[in-house]
Amino acid sequence: MTSVLEPELGRARKRKEDARLITGRTRWTDNLTPMGTLHLAILRSPVAHARITAINTDEARRMPGVSAVFTGRDIADEQGSLPCAWPITEDMKAPAAPPLAVDKVCFAGEAVAVVAARSAAEARDALDAIDVDYEDLPVVLDMEAALQPDSPLVHDDLGTNRNATWTFDSAEAGTGGDVEQALSSAEVRVDRTFRQQRLIPAFMEPRSVVVDPTGEQITMWSATQVPHILRLMLSMSLGVPEQKIRVIAPDVGGGFGGKLQVTPEEVIAFVLARKLGRPVKWTESRSETMVSGHHGRDQIQKLSMSATRDGKITGLKVGLLADMGAYLRLVTPGIPILGAFMFNAIYKIPAYHFSCTNVFTNKTPTDAYRGAGRPEATFAIERMMDELAAELGVDPMELRRKNWIAHDEFPYDTVAGLTYDSGNYEAATDKAVELFGYQALREEQEERRRSGDPVQLGIGISTFTEMCGLAPSRVLGSLSYGAGGWEHASIRVLPTGKVEVVTGTSPHGQGHVTAWSQIAADRLGVPFEDVEVLHGDTQISPKGMDTYGSRSLAVGGMAVVSAADKVVEKAKKIAAHLLECADDDVEFASGRFGVRGTDRGTALAEVALAAFAAHDLPEGVEPNLDADATFDPENFSFPHGTHLCATEVDTETGEVKIRKYVCVDDIGTVINPLIVEGQVHGGLAQGIAQALFEEAVYDETGTLTTGTLADYLIPSAADLPEFITDRTETRATSNVLGVKGVGEAGTIASTPAVVNAVVDALRPMGVNDVQMPCSPQRVWRAVTGARESSVTAPEAGGGLGSMDVQGGNR
Amino acid sequence: MPRITVNVDGTEYTDEVEPRMLLVQYLRERLGKVGTVVGCDTSNCGACTVHLDGHSVKSCSVLAVQADGHDVTTVEGLAQDGRLHPLQQAFHDNHALQCGFCTPGMIMQALDLLAEVHEPDDQQIREGMEGNLCRCTGYQNIVRAVRDASQRMQPGAGPAVEHAPGEAQSQAPVPRTPADEHVETRVTGGRQS
Repeated sequence: MTSVLEPELGRARKRKEDARLITGRTRWTDNLTPMGTLHLAILRSPVAHARITAINTDEARRMPGVSAVFTGRDIADEQGSLPCAWPITEDMKAPAAPPLAVDKVCFAGEAVAVVAARSAAEARDALDAIDVDYEDLPVVLDMEAALQPDSPLVHDDLGTNRNATWTFDSAEAGTGGDVEQALSSAEVRVDRTFRQQRLIPAFMEPRSVVVDPTGEQITMWSATQVPHILRLMLSMSLGVPEQKIRVIAPDVGGGFGGKLQVTPEEVIAFVLARKLGRPVKWTESRSETMVSGHHGRDQIQKLSMSATRDGKITGLKVGLLADMGAYLRLVTPGIPILGAFMFNAIYKIPAYHFSCTNVFTNKTPTDAYRGAGRPEATFAIERMMDELAAELGVDPMELRRKNWIAHDEFPYDTVAGLTYDSGNYEAATDKAVELFGYQALREEQEERRRSGDPVQLGIGISTFTEMCGLAPSRVLGSLSYGAGGWEHASIRVLPTGKVEVVTGTSPHGQGHVTAWSQIAADRLGVPFEDVEVLHGDTQISPKGMDTYGSRSLAVGGMAVVSAADKVVEKAKKIAAHLLECADDDVEFASGRFGVRGTDRGTALAEVALAAFAAHDLPEGVEPNLDADATFDPENFSFPHGTHLCATEVDTETGEVKIRKYVCVDDIGTVINPLIVEGQVHGGLAQGIAQALFEEAVYDETGTLTTGTLADYLIPSAADLPEFITDRTETRATSNVLGVKGVGEAGTIASTPAVVNAVVDALRPMGVNDVQMPCSPQRVWRAVTGARESSVTAPEAGGGLGSMDVQGGNR
Repeated sequence: MPRITVNVDGTEYTDEVEPRMLLVQYLRERLGKVGTVVGCDTSNCGACTVHLDGHSVKSCSVLAVQADGHDVTTVEGLAQDGRLHPLQQAFHDNHALQCGFCTPGMIMQALDLLAEVHEPDDQQIREGMEGNLCRCTGYQNIVRAVRDASQRMQPGAGPAVEHAPGEAQSQAPVPRTPADEHVETRVTGGRQS
């Protein structure tokens, strides 16, 4: 008899991935150098907007070790245009985006020329010998200025800096009422403008790509989140047949959306490898990452909210400006649109209007960054809830309770047109409030306010939801997205009874190998150790949509479940044949097929061997025990939670310290609590970083002044507090596991929790906003500004107008 | 080109290197010690941290020629006889890594920290690890791992003491092979200020 295995789901398995990573036996792309490799170095534009009038590469070509030097003009016919998979509207203006600039540069850091040399050092040396003449053009960096009729144009041929405008109106869509009416007849109305500063994903492993053109297929290794999408897009934009390309993502050191891309460098390396007929390799420096890898966020958000005197929200109007930077990358214009569905958050809002104008500027392109559109939306609505609470003079928690969707109201059709399948905001909030000690901290806050303590206490709330599990393909289709969102898995039970799981997701630190092993082991009744998970190589895993947007478990994990179920179904037929009974008499449990009502049975491994030997199979059953499955859910999944932050704000120095951080997340069924906790911690760090530390800052010439890790302040261990995390579990109904997704929750929820806490600390002083990041200088200026304006004007506070947008923050 | 002799993870190497070659480049490109990685060009991230004569250094900030005549320990030199170093074990047990890119540097820095402060509190760990950036973990589990390792490691016993999970802490350091003795004397040094 087979011994009964313990259930794997919900078990805190330590990760299979760790063994190699903690001993240094790693396969980062930069570790790989095929024989005969030429190393590439890329010359980048030092100016933000200029015509290239001449490039002289003669001296560079004569430098030691140099094989070739190419400019954009040299490869103009071959380099194609970088793909954008998200045309939002028919009237969208999209510029050509050559990987290597031809004649003109539109942001500082754009690739201008490339050297191929014997060593990386020789390639870099040769960059200094390339002579480029730039004829400077006026730069436009500010989104509002870029929309003025007399603004310089980033792309002359478009005739405008407006990329697209996208609107959603609940009255038109039939999902709610008329916003203008709600606003004009409001008992209470709050108008605010918020700024989502520009951020840099700053994954720890710099990007790297190796291309070997010497086989039957051209093989590319890349530090990418999306090997499958990359292969398809290389094929479509370069005209190389897809089956002639193999993309491998070996160990990938972080992503956060920053490696969800088809980069100029990947295309350049691909083109050069074909041209030179030799393997080429490019590994960027951190400074290159900062200036040329895509950035995230960067929105101006204007919101109006109406409510009744007793605190019921009656309408919400959102107007965004979103900075695309100089070009559209893979999903650039779609990022703010993902937020459109989330501004109403967990609240019952009867009328909603959303509009977003995407704008080109002479800055690094923006694209997906952890949460992608949803952190921006959550920040704005959660700040508005606090502002409305202040306006009404009520506790912000009470205001939220009054407006959110109650547990017994699910499934709930939102004003933005989604159906939330399940949720229990009451349970998560009650648990968080208790862990936090909400009442005691409010009392301490009162005491500090009364005593005029220079260090004030602030309490910030963020009750949030997000949409995960992209898919569903039909919804992506309705948004004009150029692909679906399904995910694929194969399971092969080998002749020895061991199991190979092939996933189309492409992990880069999330722990899929462990989690997928748990799912497959549980479903097939085999030991966890007997499962191997294969991924990240288009030859091994031929179909997939890769990893981003917290989709891997709710879509990819579900494909593993489907494949396992198919395997069991097939094995049952074979088992019935071997056991000489009817199919219906076979029952499967714990890896064993038994004949109902008897003690006769056979193990999965025996069935696998029989299926492999294929000497005696039932009629119509193919040899081997394996199955493919593709999963496409009917709906998104909607994780939610309540995050509470207490900050101590020094009103004399502007210093902000996080005193206590508590979060209770509801991500549905948990496969591995260890992995979940790690994802939440990391997410919190990134969200807190937006609130307090990070910002990509450009000077007036368009030079990124935060272009190294010395200037761009990623928090260290000393900058962050200990987090108190807990969970509630409300199953998702869009998949049989009941999972929702966890990768982005911490990032989405924590930013408003922290900023609400900072503003809450300062509100008695007349401050109603502090622009992110809430650096000591910004906080100090908000306090000082409020004090000064309280002398001259009744309305005090920060807001966009009184803060510098582009200035340095430290 | 200058000729250098360096002992790396217990093996002596003699090479000719360009004067400008960084120690991290030497380790990776010449010796194939790819466990040590480069994350930045400003010595802010700490991913390239190794030990030079027992002190943690960012190997992107040391020239290969400066290592001439010295001993270098990388993450690849920690596990002995197929057994993980207690710090490696603690990182695994506490889920202190996700993508793992910063992990070798984190472990090498933590090792140096623990050599100086045997039982650091959380604040000392956080400050001691300040020069190593992680983008995945939010640091909480790294702090836990270092604290956990400090308890597993006998004060002053050096790096190679390993306790299997559940095993009581031994008072005596695990015996070393002759090749490792050389390593022991240098990795127990104080922390470089």
